[in-house]
Amino acid sequence: MDYVLIIVIEMLRAISWLVLLASGLAIIFGMMRVINFAHGEFLMLGGYITIMSHNAGVNLWIAMLVLAPLCVGIFGILVERFIIRFLYGRILDSLLATWGLSLLMVGGVTLVFGNTVQGVSTPLGGVSIGAYQVPFYNFVLIGFAAVLMLAIWSVLKFTKAGLIARATMQNPDMAETLGIRTSWVYMATFGIGSAVTGLAGGLLAPLTGVVPSMGVNFVGQSFITVITGGASMIAGTLSASTLLGTISQGMTFLTGPVYGDAALLLTALVLLRVLPQGITGRIFKKSL
Amino acid sequence: MEKTLAKDIGFWVMLGIGLAVMFIGPMVWGLFEIMQITQYVVLSVYALSLAYIWGFGGILSFGQAAFFGLGAYTFAVASINIGETTVPFALSFLLPAAFGAALGYFMFYGRLSDVYLGVVTMVVTLIFWKLINHTAGPEYSIGAARLGGFNGIPSIPILNVPGDAKAWLDPAQMFQAFMGILIIVYLCLRLIIASDFGRVSVGIRENETRASLLGYDIRRHKVIIFAIGSGIAGMSGAMWATYQTFIDPNAFSMEMSAKALVWVMAGGVGTLAGPILAVILLQWLSLKLGTMHILNNYFILGAILMGLVLLLPRGLLPSLRLLAERLWHLGRQKMDASAASRKATSDV
Amino acid sequence: MTKLNRRGFLLASGATAATLSAPSILRAAADTIKVGGLHDLSGPLDASGIPMNQVLKLAIDEVNATGGLLGKEVEAVIYDPQSNMSLYSQYATQMALKDRVAVVQGGITSASRETIRPIFHRYQTLYFYNTLYEGGVCDRNEITLGTTPAQTVEQLIPHAMNLWGKKVYTIAADYNYGHITAAWVKRYVEANGGEVLETEFFPLDVTQFGSTISKIQAAKPDLVLSALVGTAHLGFYRQWAASGMKAEIPIASTTFAAGGTDAVILTPEEGNGILTSYGYYTSIDNPTNAAFKAKVKEAYPDDTPILSELSEVTWEGIMVWADAVRTAGSLDREALLEVMESGKSYDMPAGKVSIDPKTHHAIRDVYLAELQDQEFIIKETFPQVQPKDTQMVCNLEETPDANVHHEISLN
Repeated sequence: MDYVLIIVIEMLRAISWLVLLASGLAIIFGMMRVINFAHGEFLMLGGYITIMSHNAGVNLWIAMLVLAPLCVGIFGILVERFIIRFLYGRILDSLLATWGLSLLMVGGVTLVFGNTVQGVSTPLGGVSIGAYQVPFYNFVLIGFAAVLMLAIWSVLKFTKAGLIARATMQNPDMAETLGIRTSWVYMATFGIGSAVTGLAGGLLAPLTGVVPSMGVNFVGQSFITVITGGASMIAGTLSASTLLGTISQGMTFLTGPVYGDAALLLTALVLLRVLPQGITGRIFKKSL
Repeated sequence: MEKTLAKDIGFWVMLGIGLAVMFIGPMVWGLFEIMQITQYVVLSVYALSLAYIWGFGGILSFGQAAFFGLGAYTFAVASINIGETTVPFALSFLLPAAFGAALGYFMFYGRLSDVYLGVVTMVVTLIFWKLINHTAGPEYSIGAARLGGFNGIPSIPILNVPGDAKAWLDPAQMFQAFMGILIIVYLCLRLIIASDFGRVSVGIRENETRASLLGYDIRRHKVIIFAIGSGIAGMSGAMWATYQTFIDPNAFSMEMSAKALVWVMAGGVGTLAGPILAVILLQWLSLKLGTMHILNNYFILGAILMGLVLLLPRGLLPSLRLLAERLWHLGRQKMDASAASRKATSDV
Repeated sequence: MTKLNRRGFLLASGATAATLSAPSILRAAADTIKVGGLHDLSGPLDASGIPMNQVLKLAIDEVNATGGLLGKEVEAVIYDPQSNMSLYSQYATQMALKDRVAVVQGGITSASRETIRPIFHRYQTLYFYNTLYEGGVCDRNEITLGTTPAQTVEQLIPHAMNLWGKKVYTIAADYNYGHITAAWVKRYVEANGGEVLETEFFPLDVTQFGSTISKIQAAKPDLVLSALVGTAHLGFYRQWAASGMKAEIPIASTTFAAGGTDAVILTPEEGNGILTSYGYYTSIDNPTNAAFKAKVKEAYPDDTPILSELSEVTWEGIMVWADAVRTAGSLDREALLEVMESGKSYDMPAGKVSIDPKTHHAIRDVYLAELQDQEFIIKETFPQVQPKDTQMVCNLEETPDANVHHEISLN
């Protein structure tokens, strides 16, 4: 019985992790149709900022929840102004440019911070569930994923900024005609998407530690989640994360991590064949 | 576009350069240079496979490495088991082509759109990569060949003269054989592109709806193009395997897929010579960087890639051509004002 | 495969060398002895490669400071393969054919070694591999100074089982090294009357270990034996500590901090108590090691490398080779190999090292140490341990032309 509970918690954690991982990318891709290949490196940057500032004496939670999103968000805005801005409508060129950016960031971070940085212990310790112990941090992850989804949803649904964002997403030309500066909307979107990725990186850092080349481990998963989810940011990310997280974690428990990953990929493949526009291309069509 | 192949100067220039390099190269180059250039040749064939399906079929594959790796592993397993290399080499074209046709059927008859197509190809590559990395244990062997997981398969036989398993090619001969393959692939692709089939595929690339309203079966067309590209990629994988005499799962990596994209994009989509040029330049650069010790190589490569996209969005070859045309017109402007309207473009 | 004509090659390459090579390399050709260094200086493996390269340069400076070799200065030819196997093979070819180095030191992963080893074998360029690995290389041209599982796992398992109990849960990296090490672990655990409850393999890019940690808790072993590799896998130790399991079940590892850096990446709370066994630790107490550490500190005051078996053995690689050159009085490969095969014993920072003529692997002291506050405290020393695993499959005295990497089968 305890074991079943443990498995459920692990699945929830895996789902939350996919949500955190993919949200930033989903915002950028869903809104701007730009594929950010340096997504993993944005994550890495968030992790580095968390750990470096913690090692410099900043409180871990502030470093993780404030500094990491803030710095990565600002970095994202700079990237948008100096690179992405010139590449709108050219999906492939932006892909190539951001691939270059990802290499540059790996090299740059190695140059600046070196490749051996002492990590941070995962805070909050363990919790006993029956005969088992799980990190309490798992619940933090699950909580943040929920809060994040809720926050994005409320912003899009209830605020003026959300309305403008949705308008720009649906019809940029019309929005422009109505006096919205779409270029600023794009800049802000990219910044916010980056900040969310920075947050995910911050939350990841105490679990895995940081190295410059860590980003590559996450790019594939994030893309597949976003694309499987389809065009709508929240419903898409949530449904894809739930489906993929459950299947891969279930397989991992049954067999091992290799088949867990393979199951995730196969599911995505079959889904895309059945629903070529992603899950939200057919189901939950009208959702955000 | 309207010109026939025989009247295209660029085509004859390329062919001439190719033949010259093939026959004169080994006489003037030392062993090291030959091995180096052989690598460019192999990767050029790989780049051509994507240059064709993307530039002339409008199919963007993020998973060209799946076929490259499949060809390489096919060749490795078959040649270790058979003990000669001619049949394995043929298999390394046929098997990936068949797999490409099957995957193409799955994708194109499912009417997947661009980005999703890209992701499906990427996912397929990732699955291969995961699974082949998992084959470290002794239970994963095909006949005499151990798949070897992350470490890959060592001691892959060197290409031999067809029919004589003991007559291994030395580096200069291998270079000539590969150069010959490159020339043949280039020639075949140019012929396909110039044929009716090729014209229809360019038509589909330009406007799918129109082509289908004109009565062409787009899906079948795309499957064929994709299969040809997959076969060529597989063959280049076999060349890579026998050139290096080992192969590891990196052949299936995202990096390998991305490299093909980079070469085609940097060289110019819609050209065949451009990607070859890009292979030579970028591979040379990455090799050169490793022998110098400035900053960090990832940093510099990344900066160069970004610079390429921002400064030369059309790719190297089209940009060079444009530059040459501008200079040409500048010189002729006063003599012939109407030259600009009839400017000759070749689709090298 | 090739019928290489040296003179013809030299003429040809001399004529066209300007096209591809850096002029500085050519200029130095006549009056120096060149040593090749091939370590990943960028990319995922740079954390291991950079310290090895730093020590390599230091060792070469040391040789020059004591008068060079054969009256000539030793020059380092260093390339960065960028954690990329095809660059490894190209640079290896370049070193053998173009730079014509006297010896090459390098290669980190087994994959990189199996890429370059056949190249050096083919072109008869002496090669030193200075990394601990799974054992089984049989090639007279390669000198392998690092430890193999039979040297380290054999000490680690009985010690850990005496301390903690007989039920073992093995977690290992899913590649060649992990599989072979897991097989050795099983053999030694059973030889000592214990039981391996489960062996799980992880691809090198796995970062989340939650499900495994739960599975381990369900299996209730007395100890966890880790052969995890790489920085992604460090997440295991962190998540293990975070779930509060560290106080419950101890960990022994055949790979943890093999490159030195893991020990300082983990915080003391996460790392304390991990038991390992290698051929070198910085805390080894002998005058040679003290002098070695001082030299490293002096040469790299700001970016002092974290020393480990990998970097210390790189030092040995240069020193053993330099000694052979001095003794033989020439750079001839055969002469050098004969000197090294003579069973000579070298006084190194890691203790006494000699080369087993049958396998060209090192016979060396092996240590057992526990991590405390990011430093390894040596618990036990095992003098002059033989590379028994490789000896099972390789005898270069009988088959001097061997050129293989045996997969040592334990079944």
